[in-house]
Amino acid sequence: MTRRLAALTLALSVVFAAGTDVASQQAAATEWLVSRADVGRPGGQLVVIERAEPRTLNPVVAVDAPSKEILARTTADLIHVDRETQQPQPALARSWTVSPDGRRFTLSLRHGVRFSDGQPFDADDVVFSFTVYLDEKVGSPQRDLLIVGDKPITVRKIDQYTVQVDLAEPYAIGERLFDSVAMLPRHLLETPYTEGRLARMWAVGTAADAFAGLGPFRLREYVPGQRLTLERNPFYWKTDRAGTHLPYLDRLVFVFVPSEDAQALRFQAGDADVTTRLSAANFEVLMRDRGRRNYDLLDAGPGLDYTFLFFNQNTVAPNDAPQVARRRGWFRQLAFRQAVSLAIDRDAIVRLVYRGRATPLWGHVPPGNKLWVNRSLPRPSRSPDRARERLRSAGFSWNAAGALVDKDGQAVDFTIVTNTGNTERIQIATIVQDDLKQVGIRVGVVTLELRTLLQRLLTTHDYDACVLALGASDGDPSTEMNVWLSSGGTHLWNPEQASPATPWEAEIDTLMRRQLTERDVQARKRLYDRVQELVAENLPVISLVSPSVLAGTTKGLGNLRPTIFDHHALWNVDELFWRGRPAGGTR
Amino acid sequence: MTSRPQPAGRNYQVALVALGVVYLAAIFAGFLAPYDPSTQSRDLAFVPPTGLHWVDMSGTIHLRPFVYEDGRSYPLRFFVRGAPYRVGRFFQSDRHLFGVDEPAMLLLLGSDGFGRDQLSRLLYGALISLFAGPLGAALSVALGLVLGGLAGFFGGWVDTVVMRAAELFLAVPWFYLLFAVRMALPLRIEPQEAFLMILTIVAVVGWARPARLIRGMVLSGRTRDYVVAARALGASDLHVLRRHVLPQASGIALTQAALLAPQYILAEATLSFFGLGVGEPVPSWGNMLAVLQRYDVLSSYWWMFLPGGALLAVFLLYYLLADALHERVAALPG
Repeated sequence: MTRRLAALTLALSVVFAAGTDVASQQAAATEWLVSRADVGRPGGQLVVIERAEPRTLNPVVAVDAPSKEILARTTADLIHVDRETQQPQPALARSWTVSPDGRRFTLSLRHGVRFSDGQPFDADDVVFSFTVYLDEKVGSPQRDLLIVGDKPITVRKIDQYTVQVDLAEPYAIGERLFDSVAMLPRHLLETPYTEGRLARMWAVGTAADAFAGLGPFRLREYVPGQRLTLERNPFYWKTDRAGTHLPYLDRLVFVFVPSEDAQALRFQAGDADVTTRLSAANFEVLMRDRGRRNYDLLDAGPGLDYTFLFFNQNTVAPNDAPQVARRRGWFRQLAFRQAVSLAIDRDAIVRLVYRGRATPLWGHVPPGNKLWVNRSLPRPSRSPDRARERLRSAGFSWNAAGALVDKDGQAVDFTIVTNTGNTERIQIATIVQDDLKQVGIRVGVVTLELRTLLQRLLTTHDYDACVLALGASDGDPSTEMNVWLSSGGTHLWNPEQASPATPWEAEIDTLMRRQLTERDVQARKRLYDRVQELVAENLPVISLVSPSVLAGTTKGLGNLRPTIFDHHALWNVDELFWRGRPAGGTR
Repeated sequence: MTSRPQPAGRNYQVALVALGVVYLAAIFAGFLAPYDPSTQSRDLAFVPPTGLHWVDMSGTIHLRPFVYEDGRSYPLRFFVRGAPYRVGRFFQSDRHLFGVDEPAMLLLLGSDGFGRDQLSRLLYGALISLFAGPLGAALSVALGLVLGGLAGFFGGWVDTVVMRAAELFLAVPWFYLLFAVRMALPLRIEPQEAFLMILTIVAVVGWARPARLIRGMVLSGRTRDYVVAARALGASDLHVLRRHVLPQASGIALTQAALLAPQYILAEATLSFFGLGVGEPVPSWGNMLAVLQRYDVLSSYWWMFLPGGALLAVFLLYYLLADALHERVAALPG
């Protein structure tokens, strides 16, 4: 009996020891990324306002901003650009090396990482992910970002935790290429991919357990029209300095509120904890109330968006009316554009439209883009007199009624279009209209629905002038290639040129192409500085203003470090926690 | 058939006179308004209504009210020279009923986001908003008279065609149609022209309701003794229509017009509210109210609601008029 018991105990203890040994091997095998943020406490939920419902939950095909914002919380990339420091940091890749010529990256993957459904992650998933993104038949919008030197990058598996990436030519942005390229679960998506139905997977109605991702959260439920709830991913590969597994929050809830004013209202009422798209006017309204309602308002400073006025400089088609040709002739004269720029009261725009929470611009790179802005551009102050001088030098004059007329005695008048639904742009157009009235130019303001507007701008070229805004997601010049290249599709004032229409556009083309492959940061900056000079001198766009990034959050959110980069408040959602409230949430 | 004693007609008179005053004020907006509606004073954005004072800080009562600016008092002056304006096509002047000297500004109804005087904008805006009403109503009712009259009088396939067409027009969501129309219009037409075009479309689309009513009236009138008698005496269709049927319908038509006018005023306001009406800087009550879509304006600047109050007052006057008209029509024999 004793012997049998001893044998049994021995057997059991051997099994047990082996078991714990295996388990501890597995636990030791996971290489956690340790966050350097303050140590917080787990628990609670965070309710975030989102402007529209996601169109898909498939990272391969998502194009719209709401889908991408939600997917950014449920997926992870190999190398991630820290939104605060702007520097690339290890994520799923724990380290990497770059070949001297800059064309080969060897990434060493983090060991022991698992997807949100528990399945392991390794190089096979990486290779699979890139195969999918680069497949033309799948048609992922990510594909364009992975083409360097006109050739797609190639990704090879070296061993279970190492991949090698080859580029056709050196790429200026280097490893930033990998930021936000979500790694996909081969075990769930390979079959649909080989069967050709990957693009249809993971649509918004899909059950939560059909998803798997590597982000801090995973889908819990989606009630269309109301809310989308994400829950903590128990397999997330980050911990804090005390060893607690991140994320701290149990749940992340997105509520959908389409209009900016309604967003401000809902936030003020306490329906949500975070809102990041406040207009300056609503920011002021909320400021008055903040003591009573327990929220913090944050001004993250000048952002990356820039609003501008531009004129139609397309070549006149042979069957266009003579008035069209005449107008186009005015717009193509540099002195005319310079005069318009001198006449506009940018300070009034900052004061009246943005309540002071914006910066006037004379170049297209806003000061919020600290790494790339050219600080030595001239900033001529508003001067209707100098505007008139410029107009005179271009052959314009004024008739008895005070209206501006061109060389042939025709009165100068044109229309500014902008999109409905953006009250700030309409206000800016109204201010410009009044400013130009002071120099005798009659301006009409017409608002159009956005898609119609874009069609007029980019396809039919049937417009005079437009007030529009662009915003880079990370400020790097490579994201705006299509705007500044004369052949680009969003080269707004004269898109898709067969060959550059002007010498300065040709120069910008050369500079933009060179900066794309220039790996030395200083040299690249000099190239892009010159581009900014050319734009400020030749005024294809008359830069007006750059609004500040304004956000609001419930008080007591720890580790909140708002930035001007997307997502302004949630970029480090895995580190956010509630102070003082164990199961915190909405007010 | 006995006729009821006619009502005293006082409502009718009050409504007519009041509306007349309002319309006169709109026509003479240039004279009554102290400023040009598009002049921006960028340092005076969203200023609440200026107070007019009669007693100054030292306790002295002044007969002439004044405003304060920077510690100085500026008395209200009458028949001042100001921004030039036109009334209609021919009368031009720069005299305004009242005003204050520069640099003070008299903002009796406050200012908007660009520092433009709301009172001036209200008066000039009345031109657009108030004339949109009767114009649109007249057009709709005229069309309705013709088509409804024809349908009711001739019956048969004419009736069927017209009535089915009416149902179609009633079913069309004209609001969305207007967005499409606006997009199709060239950018370069004058904002007033674009607006008139859109209003015409609204009015044309709106013929259906008056048409149905008129048709009903005509149908019932057609079988009356005197109509039958006229036909028996050899009167042509046109004659009967013109002399017997339509005059009856005209009473209804007039009431309809009085009811439709405020609806079209509201239609203009709605269009302008959504950016489809007159463009900047031309004011209309609708686009003055559009700014209330912004939460900050809605919650902080109460004086921006005043065009809504003006609309309400005008609607009430119109309904009073329609009511009075209706009573007169009901009192008529037959």
